[in-house]
Amino acid sequence: MVSAVSGALGQGQSSEGAATALAPQVRPTAAGRFGRFGGQYVPETLMPALAELEAAAAEAWADPAFTARLDHLLANYVGRATPLYEAERLTAHYARPEGGPRIWLKREDLNHTGAHKINNALGQALLALRMGKQRIIAETGAGQHGVATATVCARFGLECVIYMGAEDMRRQALNVFRMRLLGATVQPVTAGTATLKDATSEAIRDWVTNVETTHYILGSVAGPHPYPMLVRDFHACIGKEAKAQCQEAFGRLPDVLVACVGGGSNAMGLFHPFVQDTSVRLVGVEAAGEGVASGRHAATITEGRIGVLHGAMSLLLQDSEGQVQEAHSISAGLDYPGVGPEHSYLREIGRADYVAVTDQQALDALRLVSELEGIIPALETAHAFAALESLCPTLAPGTEVVLNLSGRGDKDVNTVADKLGASLGGLGS
Amino acid sequence: MTAIQQRFETLRQQQSCALMPFLMAGDPDLEATAASLLALEASGADLIELGIPYSDPLADGPVIQAAASRALASHTTPARVLAMLSSLKGQLTIPVVLFTYSNPLLNKGMEAFCLEAAAAGAAGLVVPDLPLEEGEKLSAIAASHGLDLVLLVAPTTPAERMARIHAASRGFTYLVSVTGVTGVRTTLQERVGPLVQQLKAQGGTPVAVGFGIATPEQARRVRDWGADGAIVGSALVKAMAEAHAAGQPVAAAAGRFCAELRQGLDQP
Repeated sequence: MVSAVSGALGQGQSSEGAATALAPQVRPTAAGRFGRFGGQYVPETLMPALAELEAAAAEAWADPAFTARLDHLLANYVGRATPLYEAERLTAHYARPEGGPRIWLKREDLNHTGAHKINNALGQALLALRMGKQRIIAETGAGQHGVATATVCARFGLECVIYMGAEDMRRQALNVFRMRLLGATVQPVTAGTATLKDATSEAIRDWVTNVETTHYILGSVAGPHPYPMLVRDFHACIGKEAKAQCQEAFGRLPDVLVACVGGGSNAMGLFHPFVQDTSVRLVGVEAAGEGVASGRHAATITEGRIGVLHGAMSLLLQDSEGQVQEAHSISAGLDYPGVGPEHSYLREIGRADYVAVTDQQALDALRLVSELEGIIPALETAHAFAALESLCPTLAPGTEVVLNLSGRGDKDVNTVADKLGASLGGLGS
Repeated sequence: MTAIQQRFETLRQQQSCALMPFLMAGDPDLEATAASLLALEASGADLIELGIPYSDPLADGPVIQAAASRALASHTTPARVLAMLSSLKGQLTIPVVLFTYSNPLLNKGMEAFCLEAAAAGAAGLVVPDLPLEEGEKLSAIAASHGLDLVLLVAPTTPAERMARIHAASRGFTYLVSVTGVTGVRTTLQERVGPLVQQLKAQGGTPVAVGFGIATPEQARRVRDWGADGAIVGSALVKAMAEAHAAGQPVAAAAGRFCAELRQGLDQP
């Protein structure tokens, strides 16, 4: 079933080129705005590079040789299409006497490097080659985007520097080693909170300095235009495949899509091809950390106010003076005080709903999914699973739910062992 | 004529290049900043760029990032910076340009921010993460309060775009002398010289060069390129921080540093 879908996609839809195939409502304005969100709040030094990138992306999507090469590598190097998998025991877990929703998992964890991040890293690396840029920089939080970027840089022989908060390097030591093994330089960032926000700032500073020789592979649907659109379009394969796979599996559109949201790339990749299918409910799940009321959280859409961070206007965790606040989450990938501008837009127009779950709820969900499905999800993804607890009881029998299983949990095993270790007999036993 | 325009007009008649030091408000505290502003004027500064600290200063190198962190740690807010500036009315006579990132400004609201900045005696604004396209609305609001919104051009800016920015900039055009963030550089990029001439050829707005200028020699070089002003930031901020760390008054250190630059600029 899945291979048939994969074949159909390989020949048709995925080579169509998202940028040229989009309807006007889901395109940002010429100024890079989704409603009042987005824009380009960057030093002037970068403005020509952003224009160059936008033009290069538009040309690339219109070039059959580019899309054919991208599709070939997505199929044979990344391993797409990823399966849409029916989570039977999880479905049974949430079943009521009268029935319940059916839960499907979009298996992005089965991609090369273990998460969705490589879809974008690969696409942007191909763009960098087109633009003649031989040096690549990127920021990373959980390390998944850094690993994906280091991977594609190794694949294409590009110089690679990854900026990573010192605190995140501690939390994600395994991914730091993977990046180094792949030949990348991992540059620790100690400024500010030493997490993703500061790593992103430092990557932008590097880009301002080396813009003429360097391409910045931004890893989320955040940053200045055209990044939110560019990153979304490279991840839209997730939603396009899911749409075809739902048709194949149950003959119609799904009813509910669920995905975790830090910057929001995996969610936007899944949501995007469904935005205009208004019967499909879109649910984004943010990190509530120690609880929204504690002030130690990363629930940007739930709690943020409009502001500017890393080149885009969006919702933002900030204090009364407009200073950006520290975010908190057990998941390094969600530990970000901003969010992609298109998510803020979808929320504002009421097209998508956003909820927040705590560290503890995510840990509980991680354990549940591990035990019921034999899949250890990433801590980021565990937030999406945790939202099923309150969502499923509200859904009618027969509701078809697709959850984006954005990454696998191997990288988080040490963190999880710290939290759950005692109840499982610890790491050593 | 705005205060900034008047100042540049006076300097033009004197055939003098403006010395434009940058300092971070609230580093180490606002009392020191107030004393430093007066010391800078007394030591030959023509305009002052006053930084409002921000948590995520994208265009700044390590020296000014650290200064912003210290200023935030001493509870510096935009409102307190403006109150300090207001308290210097009658003493500080040279124009002060506020250097602020977009978010603290938008957080306050463009209209309210400009109203209060003008009331405190500021003469203009520099917003390093607000390029031409995002700056149009702010420029109009600032002008309605008598504030000049100064726009930046960079070595990477294409000629046609540079002309549009130069035409839209008010007070002066800020020519960034490096592809990079703020910070001391040992050498200035030679390609900046022709850019100064290119901008000057397009008309009246004065051109000031900043980012990377640290020494009297570099300031003179910028003057000799034909620039109307030389902006010196990180080197001054560093000198003040070192004085503070050594237990010496920062205002005196700022004055000494500024006087050396002035002397350098005034040499033939």
